[in-house]
Amino acid sequence: METLKEKKVKESTQKTIKISGAEAIIHCLLEEGVDILYGYPGGAIMPVYDELYKFQDKLTHILTRHEQGAAHAAQGYARVSGKVGVAMATSGPGATNLVTGLADAQIDSTPMVCITGQVTRELLGSDAFQETDIIGISTPVTKWNYQITSASEIPEIMAKAFYIARSGRPGPVLVDITKNAQFEEFDFSYTKCTAVRSYIATPKPDIKTIEAAAELINNAKKPFIVWGQGIILGKAENELKTLVEKTGIPAAWTIMGASALDSDHPLNVGMVGMHGNYGPNLLTNECDVLIAIGMRFDDRVTGRLEDYAKQAKVIHFEIDPAEINKNVHADVPVLGDAKETLELLLPMVKSNSHVDWHNVFKEKYQIEFDTVIKNDIHPTKEGLTMGEVIEEINLASDQKAVIVTDVGQHQMIGCRYAKFKETKSNITSGGLGTMGFALPAAIGAKMGAMDREVVAIIGDGGYQMTIQELGVIFQHNVPVKIVVLNNDHLGMVRQWQELFFDRRYASTVMTNPDFVKIAEGYHIEAKRVSERKDLKKSIQEMIASENPYFLEVKVEKEDNVFPMIPSGAAVSEIRLK
Amino acid sequence: MKKEWFTISVYSENNVGLLNRISGIFLKRHINIESLNVSKSEIDNVSKFTIVVHTTEKWVRNIVGQIEKQIEVIRAFYHIDDETIYQESALFKIASNLLFDERQIQNIIKESNSQIVTVSRDFFVLAKSGRRYEIDEMYEMLKPFGIMQFVRSGRISVSKEVMQITALLEEFQHN
Repeated sequence: METLKEKKVKESTQKTIKISGAEAIIHCLLEEGVDILYGYPGGAIMPVYDELYKFQDKLTHILTRHEQGAAHAAQGYARVSGKVGVAMATSGPGATNLVTGLADAQIDSTPMVCITGQVTRELLGSDAFQETDIIGISTPVTKWNYQITSASEIPEIMAKAFYIARSGRPGPVLVDITKNAQFEEFDFSYTKCTAVRSYIATPKPDIKTIEAAAELINNAKKPFIVWGQGIILGKAENELKTLVEKTGIPAAWTIMGASALDSDHPLNVGMVGMHGNYGPNLLTNECDVLIAIGMRFDDRVTGRLEDYAKQAKVIHFEIDPAEINKNVHADVPVLGDAKETLELLLPMVKSNSHVDWHNVFKEKYQIEFDTVIKNDIHPTKEGLTMGEVIEEINLASDQKAVIVTDVGQHQMIGCRYAKFKETKSNITSGGLGTMGFALPAAIGAKMGAMDREVVAIIGDGGYQMTIQELGVIFQHNVPVKIVVLNNDHLGMVRQWQELFFDRRYASTVMTNPDFVKIAEGYHIEAKRVSERKDLKKSIQEMIASENPYFLEVKVEKEDNVFPMIPSGAAVSEIRLK
Repeated sequence: MKKEWFTISVYSENNVGLLNRISGIFLKRHINIESLNVSKSEIDNVSKFTIVVHTTEKWVRNIVGQIEKQIEVIRAFYHIDDETIYQESALFKIASNLLFDERQIQNIIKESNSQIVTVSRDFFVLAKSGRRYEIDEMYEMLKPFGIMQFVRSGRISVSKEVMQITALLEEFQHN
């Protein structure tokens, strides 16, 4: 039986064979190069799980403990590997539990295909057991979605789903498959999708816009680059590096763009945004040409729009036409894939060094170092800071780890201080700000890059939102390193309460369980650190371990993250304390 | 930026769920759709949405961008009223006896350039196509006599400029 099936797999392209819809789904996944997926079974998806059982030598299914975990794991896998992540769930609550992951993948442009089971076609709309209108529910949070009600639709729709998820500006696709379609037999053949007539995945670059961009860049006195995830998604890291080095333009990154350029590169001037670095934020309002590449001017990056880079000419390199002029007016919009457009731009730009301008960034960095950074990573006070933990992880992992962060203070500190040598190393929930993202995403990230060290850095709040995924780490022995920075508070909300709500700490104090015991309950090696003298060694031990490892670090309870652009303020109003 | 009337024209594949996807973009921005019409277009198997909104140009531009990026949308445009030829249609159901008893009704029918669609023992139906204000005027004139039922369609419009949809689809076929 097994050998017959294998034979079918080999012959599947073009030739037709009569198989069930459920088996067809497996063949589609194999055709698309999927070797791992995350999910949770249930009534309406059981025929597909039955086929997964038969194909387990070719396709690994990871049983997460909650469908949200499956979606985030698929995201983590996709973000680190550049491949499409796949998650699967049953109808009703299984499907609705995927929604947060879909929304997260949509706003952070992560390629993902989610497959959900659905009640049989005859029962659609009848409020059947575990029926929910997941197409209606997921529409605003998917790049595309489709309900399959007949097995014969499966190959074409699955091919289209993967093409849409990975092409152009990537995103999540949901395919809902009624149970009858899973049982029906039909003649299967598979052709990969390479185009959809109503969809322009990647706009063709217009050379005139690139010439205009080059002219602005060549005449600029104080040019400034801000890049985003578009560099990583477009595999344009080398082009960015060449551009920066040739032109000598200081370059900063959005949270989603982190790791695209070596953290220690002399022209990498740090992070922009609400808790980004002082210089790049402040100088956004002093540059004369702002070169935005593969970023979308999120409000956390721009602060008050009316006062964002008004003095500058803006060049916007962007793959998605809907992003042009959405938030910030582009004097020169350059549509297209970042790699393609930067390649065209490179020969047109003149070599330069912009030494004086770069020195302004250095001066601002020194101010930030003296007032914030020094105290964050080399504290003299008694309590441990989140910053020094990150610094120790940098040292112990030789800046080579994939850092997966959750949402909140630890995330901002993590992104500020984690250092990277390799691209695709900063996995975080940027746009949606999904607490509970990190633990499952780290599982997916590790499975997407088994040869790399993966360190999840999580707050005590977010950790408890998806803590059940420790079960996956235990069951599959996934060697991720988990660091919980425990301040017994919902730290970021508490910080806002301190600064903007007169210290009324409404529902931000957490009475936490014994996290070490919980990890040990899952047979994961676990340790707690609460004193500085034990920190370095504990982190070294954790990094050296070849197994999953949990480290709780008790940090100062009421530390704040600075610099900070208060909500609604201009980037130039950034506060150092 | 001042608010204006805009007509958004969307050329799309004819698929289940696309209406939901498009209307969701307005919902997300808390914009009320003043009128909506979906019909076939001049191209086989291509649908046309005609959507009227009252908003600023910046918002309509963003909305059209977000509509256009939906996978099954081929192209979307927006126009101000001067750039389009547009009409609405309305039906008035009125008691038949009024047609004989009220002289003025016959005058209204003639002057408004409306058509009698059907006459039965109990009621007759008037159809009127035109601009919104013309229909409103007719409504006000008929109102004193009693309107049994009234319905008005969404705006339908064609642009004065050439729409390049066919060329766009042909280009796809060749690639």
